Amino acid sequence: MLLVTLSIALMMMDHRQNHIESLRAGLSVLVYPLQLAIEMPRAVSEWFRESLATRRELQENNASLRTQLLMLKAQGQKLQSLETENIRLRELLDSSFKIGERVLVAELMSVNLDPYKHQVVINKGELDKIYPGQPILDADGVMGQVVHVGPYTSTAILITDTAHALPVQVNRNGIRTIALGSGAINRLELPYIPNNADIQPGDLLVTSGLGGRFPPGYPVAVVQGVQHDPGRPFAAVVATPSAKLNRSREILLVWPDDTSTLETGSTGQTGAPSPPEEQPVVPEEAAAATEENP
Amino acid sequence: MILGRHHGGGVIVVTFVIALLLTVAPLPEWARYLRPDWVGLVLIYWCLALPDRVGVGTGWSVGLLVDLLTGSLLGQHAMALTIVAYLTLKLHLRVRLFPVWQQALTVLVLLILHQLLSLWVSRFIGRPGPPMYYWAPSLAGMLIWPFIYIALRSLRRSFRVS
Repeated sequence: MLLVTLSIALMMMDHRQNHIESLRAGLSVLVYPLQLAIEMPRAVSEWFRESLATRRELQENNASLRTQLLMLKAQGQKLQSLETENIRLRELLDSSFKIGERVLVAELMSVNLDPYKHQVVINKGELDKIYPGQPILDADGVMGQVVHVGPYTSTAILITDTAHALPVQVNRNGIRTIALGSGAINRLELPYIPNNADIQPGDLLVTSGLGGRFPPGYPVAVVQGVQHDPGRPFAAVVATPSAKLNRSREILLVWPDDTSTLETGSTGQTGAPSPPEEQPVVPEEAAAATEENP
Repeated sequence: MILGRHHGGGVIVVTFVIALLLTVAPLPEWARYLRPDWVGLVLIYWCLALPDRVGVGTGWSVGLLVDLLTGSLLGQHAMALTIVAYLTLKLHLRVRLFPVWQQALTVLVLLILHQLLSLWVSRFIGRPGPPMYYWAPSLAGMLIWPFIYIALRSLRRSFRVS
Protein backbone atom coordinates (compact mmCIF):
# COMPACT_ATOMS: atom_id res chain seq x y z
CA MET A 1 0.00 0.00 0.00
CA LEU A 2 1.20 3.39 -0.97
CA LEU A 3 0.03 5.11 2.20
CA VAL A 4 1.65 2.54 4.46
CA THR A 5 4.95 3.03 2.68
CA LEU A 6 4.49 6.75 2.97
CA SER A 7 3.92 6.50 6.72
CA ILE A 8 6.91 4.25 7.15
CA ALA A 9 9.01 6.74 5.24
CA LEU A 10 7.65 9.52 7.43
CA MET A 11 8.49 7.58 10.56
CA MET A 12 12.00 6.90 9.35
CA MET A 13 12.52 10.54 8.57
CA ASP A 14 11.07 11.65 11.85
CA HIS A 15 13.18 9.23 13.81
CA ARG A 16 16.49 9.48 12.02
CA GLN A 17 16.79 13.08 11.05
CA ASN A 18 15.10 16.25 11.94
CA HIS A 19 14.25 17.21 8.39
CA ILE A 20 10.55 17.18 8.89
CA GLU A 21 10.58 19.12 12.12
CA SER A 22 9.35 22.09 10.11
CA LEU A 23 6.63 19.95 8.55
CA ARG A 24 5.52 18.86 11.98
CA ALA A 25 5.57 22.44 13.15
CA GLY A 26 3.43 23.52 10.21
CA LEU A 27 0.97 20.70 10.62
CA SER A 28 0.67 21.29 14.32
CA VAL A 29 -1.28 24.44 13.50
CA LEU A 30 -4.00 22.07 12.32
CA VAL A 31 -4.42 20.51 15.73
CA TYR A 32 -4.06 23.76 17.65
CA PRO A 33 -7.83 24.44 17.58
CA LEU A 34 -8.40 20.98 19.00
CA GLN A 35 -5.97 21.67 21.82
CA LEU A 36 -7.65 24.99 22.48
CA ALA A 37 -11.05 23.32 22.57
CA ILE A 38 -9.77 20.85 25.14
CA GLU A 39 -8.32 23.69 27.15
CA MET A 40 -11.51 25.76 27.06
CA PRO A 41 -13.65 24.13 29.78
CA ARG A 42 -10.84 24.45 32.26
CA ALA A 43 -10.14 28.03 31.29
CA VAL A 44 -13.81 28.91 31.57
CA SER A 45 -14.17 27.28 34.98
CA GLU A 46 -11.05 29.02 36.19
CA TRP A 47 -12.40 32.35 34.95
CA PHE A 48 -15.65 31.73 36.76
CA ARG A 49 -13.89 30.80 39.94
CA GLU A 50 -11.80 33.93 39.80
CA SER A 51 -14.63 36.26 38.99
CA LEU A 52 -16.95 34.73 41.56
CA ALA A 53 -14.40 34.74 44.36
CA THR A 54 -15.63 36.55 47.41
CA ARG A 55 -14.08 39.72 48.70
CA ARG A 56 -12.92 37.92 51.83
CA GLU A 57 -11.12 35.24 49.87
CA LEU A 58 -9.40 37.83 47.78
CA GLN A 59 -8.34 39.78 50.81
CA GLU A 60 -6.93 36.70 52.50
CA ASN A 61 -5.17 35.71 49.35
CA ASN A 62 -3.76 39.17 48.97
CA ALA A 63 -2.48 39.24 52.53
CA SER A 64 -0.75 35.90 52.25
CA LEU A 65 0.82 36.86 48.94
CA ARG A 66 2.01 40.11 50.50
CA THR A 67 3.79 38.34 53.34
CA GLN A 68 5.27 35.88 50.89
CA LEU A 69 6.54 38.72 48.74
CA LEU A 70 8.08 40.39 51.75
CA MET A 71 9.90 37.24 52.71
CA LEU A 72 11.12 36.61 49.19
CA LYS A 73 12.28 40.20 48.92
CA ALA A 74 14.27 39.85 52.10
CA GLN A 75 15.88 36.71 50.72
CA GLY A 76 16.45 38.50 47.45
CA GLN A 77 18.40 41.28 49.13
CA LYS A 78 20.75 38.78 50.61
CA LEU A 79 21.00 36.98 47.31
CA GLN A 80 22.04 40.12 45.51
CA SER A 81 24.93 40.79 47.81
CA LEU A 82 25.96 37.15 47.56
CA GLU A 83 25.78 37.35 43.80
CA THR A 84 28.05 40.34 43.57
CA GLU A 85 30.41 38.74 46.00
CA ASN A 86 30.40 35.56 43.96
CA ILE A 87 31.12 37.45 40.75
CA ARG A 88 33.97 39.30 42.42
CA LEU A 89 35.49 36.09 43.69
CA ARG A 90 35.15 34.45 40.32
CA GLU A 91 36.79 37.40 38.65
CA LEU A 92 39.66 36.89 41.03
CA LEU A 93 39.82 33.31 39.84
CA ASP A 94 39.54 34.41 36.21
CA SER A 95 36.49 32.34 35.44
CA SER A 96 33.45 33.71 33.76
CA PHE A 97 30.16 33.43 35.53
CA LYS A 98 26.69 33.78 34.26
CA ILE A 99 23.82 35.00 36.31
CA GLY A 100 20.35 35.89 35.28
CA GLU A 101 19.02 33.73 32.54
CA ARG A 102 16.07 35.09 30.70
CA VAL A 103 12.93 33.24 31.68
CA LEU A 104 9.36 33.20 30.49
CA VAL A 105 6.36 31.92 32.37
CA ALA A 106 4.21 29.49 30.42
CA GLU A 107 1.35 27.23 31.27
CA LEU A 108 0.75 23.58 30.55
CA MET A 109 -2.28 22.83 28.47
CA SER A 110 -4.63 20.26 29.92
CA VAL A 111 -4.00 17.83 27.13
CA ASN A 112 -3.38 14.21 28.02
CA LEU A 113 -0.86 12.55 25.78
CA ASP A 114 0.21 8.96 25.52
CA PRO A 115 0.28 7.66 29.12
CA TYR A 116 3.46 5.71 28.39
CA LYS A 117 5.40 8.78 27.40
CA HIS A 118 6.07 11.63 29.74
CA GLN A 119 5.29 14.55 27.54
CA VAL A 120 3.38 17.75 28.09
CA VAL A 121 2.02 20.50 25.86
CA ILE A 122 2.94 24.09 26.62
CA ASN A 123 0.91 27.09 25.54
CA LYS A 124 3.89 28.94 24.06
CA GLY A 125 5.51 28.27 20.73
CA GLU A 126 7.75 29.59 18.03
CA LEU A 127 6.14 33.00 18.23
CA ASP A 128 7.54 33.33 21.75
CA LYS A 129 10.96 32.26 20.46
CA ILE A 130 10.83 28.85 22.07
CA TYR A 131 13.42 26.52 20.56
CA PRO A 132 13.83 22.73 20.64
CA GLY A 133 16.03 21.64 23.50
CA GLN A 134 15.03 24.52 25.69
CA PRO A 135 14.99 23.69 29.41
CA ILE A 136 11.78 24.04 31.37
CA LEU A 137 11.57 24.40 35.14
CA ASP A 138 8.90 24.73 37.72
CA ALA A 139 9.09 26.44 41.08
CA ASP A 140 10.94 23.52 42.66
CA GLY A 141 13.27 22.22 40.04
CA VAL A 142 14.00 21.08 36.53
CA MET A 143 11.04 19.58 34.68
CA GLY A 144 12.36 18.70 31.26
CA GLN A 145 13.05 20.14 27.86
CA VAL A 146 11.18 21.17 24.75
CA VAL A 147 11.20 18.66 21.89
CA HIS A 148 8.77 19.90 19.25
CA VAL A 149 7.97 23.52 18.62
CA GLY A 150 4.87 24.62 16.78
CA PRO A 151 3.85 28.21 16.10
CA TYR A 152 1.55 28.45 19.11
CA THR A 153 2.26 25.42 21.23
CA SER A 154 5.19 23.18 21.91
CA THR A 155 5.70 19.72 23.27
CA ALA A 156 8.14 19.05 26.05
CA ILE A 157 9.60 15.83 27.37
CA LEU A 158 9.85 15.39 31.14
CA ILE A 159 13.03 14.28 32.88
CA THR A 160 11.34 11.04 33.90
CA ASP A 161 10.67 9.90 30.33
CA THR A 162 12.67 6.82 29.48
CA ALA A 163 14.25 8.60 26.53
CA HIS A 164 15.62 11.42 28.65
CA ALA A 165 19.01 11.76 30.27
CA LEU A 166 20.27 14.74 32.18
CA PRO A 167 23.79 15.57 33.38
CA VAL A 168 23.67 16.26 37.10
CA GLN A 169 26.00 16.65 40.02
CA VAL A 170 25.67 16.03 43.70
CA ASN A 171 25.30 19.37 45.40
CA ARG A 172 27.18 18.31 48.51
CA ASN A 173 30.43 17.21 46.93
CA GLY A 174 30.21 17.80 43.21
CA ILE A 175 30.19 14.21 41.94
CA ARG A 176 29.04 14.37 38.35
CA THR A 177 26.80 11.76 36.82
CA ILE A 178 23.84 11.31 34.54
CA ALA A 179 20.23 10.98 35.67
CA LEU A 180 18.08 8.82 33.43
CA GLY A 181 14.31 8.85 33.30
CA SER A 182 12.79 5.66 34.62
CA GLY A 183 9.33 5.83 33.09
CA ALA A 184 7.79 6.32 36.54
CA ILE A 185 6.79 9.89 37.25
CA ASN A 186 8.41 9.97 40.69
CA ARG A 187 11.72 8.26 40.02
CA LEU A 188 15.01 8.99 38.31
CA GLU A 189 17.78 6.46 37.96
CA LEU A 190 21.48 7.14 38.32
CA PRO A 191 23.09 4.02 36.90
CA TYR A 192 26.63 5.34 36.44
CA ILE A 193 27.77 5.92 40.00
CA PRO A 194 30.72 3.78 41.08
CA ASN A 195 30.26 1.63 44.15
CA ASN A 196 32.76 3.60 46.17
CA ALA A 197 31.39 7.04 45.35
CA ASP A 198 30.26 9.20 48.22
CA ILE A 199 26.55 9.48 47.74
CA GLN A 200 23.82 8.95 50.30
CA PRO A 201 20.06 9.26 50.58
CA GLY A 202 19.00 12.87 51.00
CA ASP A 203 21.68 14.30 48.72
CA LEU A 204 20.42 17.02 46.43
CA LEU A 205 21.22 16.62 42.75
CA VAL A 206 21.56 19.80 40.71
CA THR A 207 22.12 20.32 37.01
CA SER A 208 25.81 20.34 36.24
CA GLY A 209 25.51 22.44 33.11
CA LEU A 210 27.65 19.97 31.17
CA GLY A 211 26.05 19.25 27.87
CA GLY A 212 25.26 22.90 27.48
CA ARG A 213 21.56 22.51 27.43
CA PHE A 214 20.53 23.08 31.01
CA PRO A 215 21.87 26.00 33.00
CA PRO A 216 24.00 24.81 35.93
CA GLY A 217 22.81 24.83 39.50
CA TYR A 218 19.11 24.12 39.30
CA PRO A 219 17.79 21.43 41.63
CA VAL A 220 16.80 18.23 39.87
CA ALA A 221 16.14 15.51 42.39
CA VAL A 222 16.82 14.21 45.87
CA VAL A 223 18.58 10.86 46.23
CA GLN A 224 16.20 8.37 47.69
CA GLY A 225 18.01 5.10 47.93
CA VAL A 226 21.50 3.77 47.31
CA GLN A 227 22.14 0.06 46.94
CA HIS A 228 25.58 -1.40 46.74
CA ASP A 229 25.76 -4.73 45.03
CA PRO A 230 29.31 -6.08 45.16
CA GLY A 231 28.69 -8.04 41.98
CA ARG A 232 28.09 -4.96 39.94
CA PRO A 233 30.47 -2.20 38.98
CA PHE A 234 27.97 0.55 39.69
CA ALA A 235 25.71 1.29 42.61
CA ALA A 236 21.96 1.33 42.03
CA VAL A 237 20.84 4.81 42.93
CA VAL A 238 17.32 6.15 42.60
CA ALA A 239 16.22 9.71 43.16
CA THR A 240 12.93 11.58 43.44
CA PRO A 241 12.51 14.61 41.18
CA SER A 242 12.16 17.88 43.08
CA ALA A 243 9.87 19.40 40.48
CA LYS A 244 6.20 18.60 40.81
CA LEU A 245 6.18 16.87 37.47
CA ASN A 246 2.56 15.82 37.46
CA ARG A 247 1.14 18.70 39.45
CA SER A 248 2.63 21.95 38.24
CA ARG A 249 0.63 24.05 35.83
CA GLU A 250 2.87 27.09 35.66
CA ILE A 251 6.29 26.44 34.29
CA LEU A 252 9.33 28.54 33.48
CA LEU A 253 11.08 28.43 30.14
CA VAL A 254 14.74 29.38 30.39
CA TRP A 255 17.12 30.83 27.87
CA PRO A 256 20.47 29.75 29.31
CA ASP A 257 22.68 31.67 26.89
CA ASP A 258 20.69 34.84 26.99
CA THR A 259 21.60 37.28 29.70
CA SER A 260 19.95 40.22 28.01
CA THR A 261 17.40 42.36 29.72
CA LEU A 262 13.73 41.83 30.32
CA GLU A 263 11.43 41.26 27.45
CA THR A 264 7.74 41.83 27.58
CA GLY A 265 6.11 38.90 29.25
CA SER A 266 9.21 37.60 30.94
CA THR A 267 9.58 37.70 34.67
CA GLY A 268 12.02 36.82 37.36
CA GLN A 269 14.98 38.59 35.85
CA THR A 270 17.95 39.39 37.97
CA GLY A 271 19.67 42.42 36.62
CA ALA A 272 23.21 41.57 37.56
CA PRO A 273 26.05 42.81 35.39
CA SER A 274 27.71 40.05 33.49
CA PRO A 275 31.19 39.66 32.09
CA PRO A 276 31.40 39.90 28.32
CA GLU A 277 33.09 36.60 27.47
CA GLU A 278 30.04 34.42 27.85
CA GLN A 279 29.66 31.94 25.10
CA PRO A 280 28.53 28.44 25.93
CA VAL A 281 31.73 26.50 25.95
CA VAL A 282 30.32 23.04 25.52
CA PRO A 283 30.09 21.95 21.88
CA GLU A 284 26.77 21.04 20.39
CA GLU A 285 27.72 17.38 19.97
CA ALA A 286 27.97 16.92 23.68
CA ALA A 287 24.58 18.48 24.07
CA ALA A 288 23.12 16.17 21.49
CA ALA A 289 24.70 13.19 23.16
CA THR A 290 23.12 13.95 26.47
CA GLU A 291 19.75 14.72 25.04
CA GLU A 292 18.57 11.22 24.42
CA ASN A 293 20.01 7.93 25.34
CA PRO A 294 19.78 5.36 22.58
CA MET B 1 -16.05 16.64 -0.69
CA ILE B 2 -19.79 16.59 -1.07
CA LEU B 3 -20.59 15.10 -4.43
CA GLY B 4 -24.03 14.78 -5.91
CA ARG B 5 -25.35 11.71 -4.16
CA HIS B 6 -23.18 12.05 -1.12
CA HIS B 7 -24.68 13.88 1.71
CA GLY B 8 -23.74 14.98 5.19
CA GLY B 9 -19.95 14.91 4.98
CA GLY B 10 -19.95 17.45 7.78
CA VAL B 11 -21.34 14.90 10.19
CA ILE B 12 -18.44 12.57 9.48
CA VAL B 13 -15.94 15.35 10.02
CA VAL B 14 -17.62 16.37 13.27
CA THR B 15 -17.55 12.82 14.64
CA PHE B 16 -13.85 12.57 13.85
CA VAL B 17 -13.18 15.91 15.51
CA ILE B 18 -15.01 14.77 18.63
CA ALA B 19 -13.05 11.52 18.60
CA LEU B 20 -9.79 13.45 18.36
CA LEU B 21 -10.84 15.67 21.23
CA LEU B 22 -11.67 12.65 23.36
CA THR B 23 -8.27 11.20 22.53
CA VAL B 24 -6.48 13.97 24.42
CA ALA B 25 -9.18 15.11 26.84
CA PRO B 26 -7.92 15.07 30.40
CA LEU B 27 -9.04 12.05 32.41
CA PRO B 28 -8.48 11.09 36.04
CA GLU B 29 -5.33 9.09 36.61
CA TRP B 30 -6.99 5.68 36.95
CA ALA B 31 -8.94 6.14 33.71
CA ARG B 32 -5.96 7.22 31.64
CA TYR B 33 -4.94 3.65 30.99
CA LEU B 34 -8.46 2.66 29.98
CA ARG B 35 -9.05 5.38 27.42
CA PRO B 36 -10.55 3.63 24.41
CA ASP B 37 -9.20 4.35 20.98
CA TRP B 38 -11.95 6.74 19.97
CA VAL B 39 -10.53 7.57 16.58
CA GLY B 40 -10.15 3.91 15.75
CA LEU B 41 -13.75 3.16 16.76
CA VAL B 42 -15.20 6.02 14.74
CA LEU B 43 -13.05 5.11 11.77
CA ILE B 44 -14.20 1.49 11.91
CA TYR B 45 -17.82 2.56 12.10
CA TRP B 46 -17.65 4.83 9.07
CA CYS B 47 -15.69 2.26 7.11
CA LEU B 48 -18.44 -0.25 7.82
CA ALA B 49 -21.28 2.11 7.12
CA LEU B 50 -19.98 4.09 4.17
CA PRO B 51 -17.13 2.14 2.64
CA ASP B 52 -17.25 4.18 -0.54
CA ARG B 53 -16.69 7.44 1.29
CA VAL B 54 -14.50 6.70 4.26
CA GLY B 55 -11.55 4.48 3.69
CA VAL B 56 -7.84 4.13 3.67
CA GLY B 57 -7.16 7.77 2.81
CA THR B 58 -9.32 9.00 5.65
CA GLY B 59 -7.63 6.57 8.00
CA TRP B 60 -4.24 7.88 7.02
CA SER B 61 -5.05 11.55 7.39
CA VAL B 62 -6.86 11.09 10.69
CA GLY B 63 -3.96 8.98 11.91
CA LEU B 64 -1.57 11.76 11.04
CA LEU B 65 -3.65 14.15 13.12
CA VAL B 66 -3.51 11.70 16.01
CA ASP B 67 0.27 11.62 15.65
CA LEU B 68 0.47 15.38 15.75
CA LEU B 69 -1.89 15.60 18.66
CA THR B 70 -0.25 12.98 20.84
CA GLY B 71 3.32 13.75 19.92
CA SER B 72 4.09 10.26 18.73
CA LEU B 73 6.37 9.53 15.83
CA LEU B 74 4.92 11.15 12.74
CA GLY B 75 3.27 8.32 10.80
CA GLN B 76 2.96 5.83 13.62
CA HIS B 77 -0.78 6.01 14.05
CA ALA B 78 -1.21 6.95 10.41
CA MET B 79 0.18 3.60 9.34
CA ALA B 80 -1.74 1.63 11.95
CA LEU B 81 -5.06 3.30 11.15
CA THR B 82 -4.48 2.89 7.41
CA ILE B 83 -4.14 -0.83 7.90
CA VAL B 84 -7.15 -0.94 10.21
CA ALA B 85 -9.23 0.93 7.62
CA TYR B 86 -8.03 -1.39 4.89
CA LEU B 87 -8.98 -4.52 6.82
CA THR B 88 -12.34 -3.05 7.76
CA LEU B 89 -13.05 -2.32 4.12
CA LYS B 90 -12.12 -5.90 3.26
CA LEU B 91 -14.43 -7.26 5.94
CA HIS B 92 -17.24 -4.75 5.86
CA LEU B 93 -19.77 -6.86 3.94
CA ARG B 94 -19.46 -9.69 6.43
CA VAL B 95 -19.17 -7.64 9.60
CA ARG B 96 -22.24 -5.58 8.78
CA LEU B 97 -24.39 -8.69 9.05
CA PHE B 98 -23.02 -9.75 12.41
CA PRO B 99 -24.99 -9.17 15.60
CA VAL B 100 -23.57 -6.38 17.67
CA TRP B 101 -21.64 -8.54 20.14
CA GLN B 102 -19.96 -10.38 17.31
CA GLN B 103 -19.09 -7.06 15.73
CA ALA B 104 -17.58 -6.06 19.04
CA LEU B 105 -15.25 -9.04 18.88
CA THR B 106 -14.15 -8.09 15.38
CA VAL B 107 -13.60 -4.55 16.59
CA LEU B 108 -11.50 -5.92 19.44
CA VAL B 109 -9.26 -7.66 16.95
CA LEU B 110 -8.92 -4.52 14.85
CA LEU B 111 -8.16 -2.33 17.86
CA ILE B 112 -5.59 -4.79 19.14
CA LEU B 113 -4.02 -4.72 15.71
CA HIS B 114 -3.85 -0.94 15.90
CA GLN B 115 -2.15 -1.10 19.28
CA LEU B 116 0.15 -3.87 18.17
CA LEU B 117 1.33 -1.88 15.17
CA SER B 118 2.04 1.18 17.30
CA LEU B 119 3.78 -1.01 19.82
CA TRP B 120 5.99 -2.44 17.12
CA VAL B 121 6.94 1.01 16.00
CA SER B 122 7.73 2.22 19.48
CA ARG B 123 9.73 -0.91 20.25
CA PHE B 124 11.56 -0.41 16.98
CA ILE B 125 12.69 3.05 18.00
CA GLY B 126 13.87 1.67 21.30
CA ARG B 127 11.21 2.50 23.82
CA PRO B 128 10.77 -0.06 26.59
CA GLY B 129 7.92 -2.55 26.49
CA PRO B 130 4.75 -1.50 28.26
CA PRO B 131 3.07 -3.45 31.07
CA MET B 132 0.19 -5.86 30.48
CA TYR B 133 -2.47 -3.22 30.96
CA TYR B 134 -1.23 -1.59 27.79
CA TRP B 135 -3.93 -3.66 26.10
CA ALA B 136 -6.76 -2.38 28.31
CA PRO B 137 -7.85 0.33 25.83
CA SER B 138 -8.72 -2.34 23.27
CA LEU B 139 -10.95 -4.12 25.74
CA ALA B 140 -12.53 -0.83 26.74
CA GLY B 141 -13.06 -0.13 23.06
CA MET B 142 -14.77 -3.47 22.58
CA LEU B 143 -17.09 -2.87 25.52
CA ILE B 144 -18.00 0.57 24.29
CA TRP B 145 -18.49 -0.47 20.67
CA PRO B 146 -22.25 -1.26 20.94
CA PHE B 147 -22.90 2.24 22.24
CA ILE B 148 -20.72 3.85 19.58
CA TYR B 149 -22.46 1.77 16.97
CA ILE B 150 -25.95 2.71 18.07
CA ALA B 151 -25.08 6.37 18.59
CA LEU B 152 -23.38 6.78 15.24
CA ARG B 153 -26.09 4.82 13.45
CA SER B 154 -28.84 7.03 14.79
CA LEU B 155 -26.70 10.05 13.94
CA ARG B 156 -26.23 8.78 10.43
CA ARG B 157 -29.93 8.11 9.99
CA SER B 158 -31.14 11.36 11.41
CA PHE B 159 -28.75 13.36 9.25
CA ARG B 160 -29.23 10.98 6.33
CA VAL B 161 -25.51 10.72 5.73
CA SER B 162 -24.90 8.63 2.67
